[in-house]
Amino acid sequence: MTKSAVKTVSKGIILGAVADSFRKLDPRVMVRNPVMFVVEVGVVVTLILSVSPDLFGGHYGPTQALFNFVVCVILFVTVLFANFAEAIAESRGRAQAESLRRAKTDLLAKRRTKDGSYESVPATALRQGDEVLITAGEMIPADGDVVRGLGSVDESAVTGESAPVIRGAGGDFSSVTGGTKLLSDELVVRVSVNPGDSFLDKMIALVEGASRQKTPNELALSVLLAGLTLIFLIVVVTLEPMVGYVHGSIGVATLIALLVCLIPTTIGALLSAIGIAGMDRVIRFNIVAKSGKAVEAAGDVNTLILDKTGTITIGNRLATEFNPVGGHDEGQLTQVAVLSSLFDETPEGRSIIDLAKQKGVEMAREQFADAKVIEFSADTRMSGTNLPDGTVVRKGAVDAIKKYLAEKGGTVPSGLDEKTERIAKEGGTPLAVVRGDEVYGVIYLKDIVKPGMRARFEELRRMGIKTVMSTGDNRLTAATIAREAGVDDFIAEAKPEDKMRLIRAEQAEGKLVAMSGDGTNDAPALAQADVGLAMNSGTAAAKEAANMVDLDSDPTKLIEVVGIGKQLLITRGAITTFSIANDIAKYFAIIPAMFSGILPQLAALNVMHLTSPQSAILSALIFNAVVIPLLIPLAMRGVKFRPMGATELLVRNLLIYGVGGVIAPFIGIKLIDLVLTGLGVANI
Amino acid sequence: MTLQGSLQIVLVVAILLLLAIPLGNYLYRVFTGKTVWFEGGFAAVERGLYRLVGVNPSVEMDWKAYLKALLMVNFVMALFAYLIFRTMGRLPLNPDHIPSMSWPLAFNTAASFVSNTDWQNYAGESQMTILGQMVAITFLQFTSVVTGLVAAVAFLRGMTNRKSPNIGNFWVDFIRSITRLFLPLSFLLAIVFVGLGLPQTLDGAVTVHALGGGAQTISRGPVASLEAIKQLGTNGGGYFNANSAHPYEDPSALTTVLEIIAMGLIPTALVATFGKFIGNRRQAVVLYVFLAAMLLGGAFFVYGAEVAGNPLLHHLLGIGGPNMEGKEVRFGLPLTGLFTAATTAFTTGAVNAMHDSLTPLGGMLPLVFMLLNMVFGGVGVGLLNILMFLLITVFIAGLMVGRTPEIFGKKIEVREVKLATISMLVHPFLILGATAVAVAVPAGLAALGNPGLHGFTEVLYAYSSAAANNGSAFAGLAGNTLFYNLTIGMVILLGRYVSIIAMFAIAGSLAIKPVTPAGLGTLRTDTFTFGGVFVAVVLVVSALTFFPVLAIGPVAEHLQMVAGKLLP
Repeated sequence: MTKSAVKTVSKGIILGAVADSFRKLDPRVMVRNPVMFVVEVGVVVTLILSVSPDLFGGHYGPTQALFNFVVCVILFVTVLFANFAEAIAESRGRAQAESLRRAKTDLLAKRRTKDGSYESVPATALRQGDEVLITAGEMIPADGDVVRGLGSVDESAVTGESAPVIRGAGGDFSSVTGGTKLLSDELVVRVSVNPGDSFLDKMIALVEGASRQKTPNELALSVLLAGLTLIFLIVVVTLEPMVGYVHGSIGVATLIALLVCLIPTTIGALLSAIGIAGMDRVIRFNIVAKSGKAVEAAGDVNTLILDKTGTITIGNRLATEFNPVGGHDEGQLTQVAVLSSLFDETPEGRSIIDLAKQKGVEMAREQFADAKVIEFSADTRMSGTNLPDGTVVRKGAVDAIKKYLAEKGGTVPSGLDEKTERIAKEGGTPLAVVRGDEVYGVIYLKDIVKPGMRARFEELRRMGIKTVMSTGDNRLTAATIAREAGVDDFIAEAKPEDKMRLIRAEQAEGKLVAMSGDGTNDAPALAQADVGLAMNSGTAAAKEAANMVDLDSDPTKLIEVVGIGKQLLITRGAITTFSIANDIAKYFAIIPAMFSGILPQLAALNVMHLTSPQSAILSALIFNAVVIPLLIPLAMRGVKFRPMGATELLVRNLLIYGVGGVIAPFIGIKLIDLVLTGLGVANI
Repeated sequence: MTLQGSLQIVLVVAILLLLAIPLGNYLYRVFTGKTVWFEGGFAAVERGLYRLVGVNPSVEMDWKAYLKALLMVNFVMALFAYLIFRTMGRLPLNPDHIPSMSWPLAFNTAASFVSNTDWQNYAGESQMTILGQMVAITFLQFTSVVTGLVAAVAFLRGMTNRKSPNIGNFWVDFIRSITRLFLPLSFLLAIVFVGLGLPQTLDGAVTVHALGGGAQTISRGPVASLEAIKQLGTNGGGYFNANSAHPYEDPSALTTVLEIIAMGLIPTALVATFGKFIGNRRQAVVLYVFLAAMLLGGAFFVYGAEVAGNPLLHHLLGIGGPNMEGKEVRFGLPLTGLFTAATTAFTTGAVNAMHDSLTPLGGMLPLVFMLLNMVFGGVGVGLLNILMFLLITVFIAGLMVGRTPEIFGKKIEVREVKLATISMLVHPFLILGATAVAVAVPAGLAALGNPGLHGFTEVLYAYSSAAANNGSAFAGLAGNTLFYNLTIGMVILLGRYVSIIAMFAIAGSLAIKPVTPAGLGTLRTDTFTFGGVFVAVVLVVSALTFFPVLAIGPVAEHLQMVAGKLLP
């Protein structure tokens, strides 16, 4: 897989993000994040209080104004940290959008007119259904499907992949993307989108976060966080009259400090950064997700439907065994097999030569320069070589060879049927080899499961995801590959309707289904599936129907998308838990400090032995602020997802973020207090 | 603490659970329309009642229709009780010539009893006529608990529905709860109580001439019948002001054990019913283990705190030993500890000792149980609170396993989180808000029985008791004032109905969702791991919410006591 052009955080990006952090202070923007908005209000109030500390009544010492100002500064920094987290997440996408935009310079297109000639128009004038002519060296002006011609296209501007790809009329490799460059030949393309709706436009909008909407889960979490904020607001607001009952008073700045420490600022600050970074991870993985919702849904997938060819197996059958029959030995069979495939350029043919080479049999083509090559034909279902000395060598489907033998008057040797049957039963393809009228044996062609797939499916199973293999093969072959790859289920002799039926059946049970596809006939199923991943090499219809497009056209990446979706939720959950768990230590810092002059017996709760009430409050507040930038990398990277059962995963994450979240602030606050004491500012 | 004392606590809880589980299965049969023992008899009575009320028992209701019927019936009943309280002085069955109630007190009492709270700003023996006890108090003690029960049952149906909006018929559930559960059980228990010495008469007070020479007026009435439904219905409103500390309400250790079991019976049974509804025994087992552990922990906490006694008495007066102030010697410390924990866990509110006289920590425990409001909880509403917290826990924990959180196969989305959050918010809002107002205004302060931190705890306790629909009083607070009658009445009503409405809305929204089959990636809620997380979430969220008030009240009072100081 290739990465996109922009990947690292540069100095420029950081400076830009810092500038954005200030821009985001606008209350109209802040109010969208209720948790941080409360902090911003706190900044304003404490700022006023540092000018006139007794604004809300009460009598304060001479240092109160300074204390209030320090609180104000810490709160301000807290808000800035939160804005910075969001800004840095956005800026990475923005840099990527810049590089995409460069591909979208003003282009001219040759549009076909009614009389069949071509006129030159700006690309922006193209509409759906127009046909344009593109010649080698030109940029493709708009998204569309090739209707005539075949050529190689450089799609690196979109995919980051530098090797050119072949695009041609008809079939499943006919779609081209605006902004890519035709390297050879000539294409006539029917434009499939109107300006502004192109793939590149969508991608730019997406990476910039312009079209970012909160995902359902993020919304639900925001509601819960707002609820917690309200609870803590009432806790703090009611505290003053209650303390008044015991003839005391707590300064407003201290109450605000308590409030900010209690409300879930950590997750509140990082929530949108987590979402943006999650989408960014998908994009950097070279997958374009049309919405964050789709990525989130990927984490919920229960059933994964994967095509056999190209996804589970490497796509071609390869020779794995030579099975001699009728008194011939393996060596003889290998010789004949090599002769039959010497000029065969198909992957099957090459694999026969390779296997023979492993067995020590090698022949140079030059030796047989005069040989006549018999290409495979659908009619005979055989291919082979006619040597100048009259020797005729053929290989082909067993029944085709039998028919050929009958014509030649040869006999079917004993053992042929038996060996053929065994190979078929194991799901392989038997290929008989004949020289003259004598059958030498059977080559075992096998579908090869991609290395590592078995382990991947094992992982998926542990995550509770069922994998279904879809193949056009017969049941026997399908069952063998399914067993070998370790998928849970398969559909043999699958037609597009079968996939559709399976998706509907699973969905009726309440399950979420993901699939990948590239052909036009996959489009309905891609649209029906909860997560549909289309290959960029596929047709425009497939890409339109799917909710994600893989620019590398690697269907196995569906598995990674599931992981990214899960990671997104886990990161939110983990930081939420951490944020709430932190509050316990903060209470132990602030409550004794707050009541120090009112209920002195509560000093027993000062388990951290913080130096003074002021340093206790400031330490808690500083910890609360500092933890945000410390967790930015985690928010951006995401909590590492390990494929394991839900309960194990819960225990693991709870130990790290729950228990860790309880302990960390006790240590952190104590350390900050020691530093403040060391600096001699503990008693301001 | 002694071994014998500890065994008393453990054994009573064990007996309670042993009785509760079969009862829970029985309740499942009742509410899923399966035939039960004596079906013919029940069905005949019910048919008559349906005809009388004019309802068609086969009509199914969606959540809105069900909720509307529930709220309407509650409103009518409250109004009826209010009118009785306002006029009972002129109505029959008033041998002691007790006057009608003032409007604030009548409002408070009606709100309190219609909501299963049974907070009493009146003293039964001097301010409630026998008619009032029977047609208003005892009547509401039946119907208020049934309201909670059917709300929980309707929620369970919604939660387990497969894409159907209907959650049962309110009238059928309401009537069946009475005919098949509360009437037979209360009748049985009342008979037993009469046998054990509780009075049951329509005669008024008797005046006796005591040995010492003076005359003494002893109040009587239909106590046994009220006592039965008072406990079975987790009501708690006693016939007498002293509640179950009064020898006519709770004459012996045996009756106090029976009362503890009676009040816990249905709240604990409902956990088994819940397990049956979702078809998952393990889930019920996990909840039983954790909730019973909390209940036991609470009982031992009170027991331990009271055994430790008051060091101040020791220092100043040389009196050692456990704290026996406000306790009945016939029950002893262990059963007092268990009763105190149970009455606040099950939100009954009956007391067999004066909570005001417990040590600061001993008195904090009932307060904490009311703040948690989910250690089994009251009939029905307790289960609703448990489910609300389960939903919040599943949401947070579910995120951490990387899937859209699901509760029993139904996806938790914005709407459910919003409603559960509202339901979770009500409790702290009411308690903290009302307490803050009461300790800041003269009308609130005037009624305090004790100065200082203990007085603060009295107010906090009163509003916690009201918001949790518990009804137990810390005593000390003179609640029959305009201010307290109105504020406590309002807190009771909001605490009861806001969360019921929110939970019904959740039921309606869950009902129409499809059920996703559980897989390996699904967060299982029926494991002990999850049970631990559930308890941790409840404790942490509650601790964060209430830590400051507990610090000002009982915690500071305790620290002050051990430091050997009297008053600040």
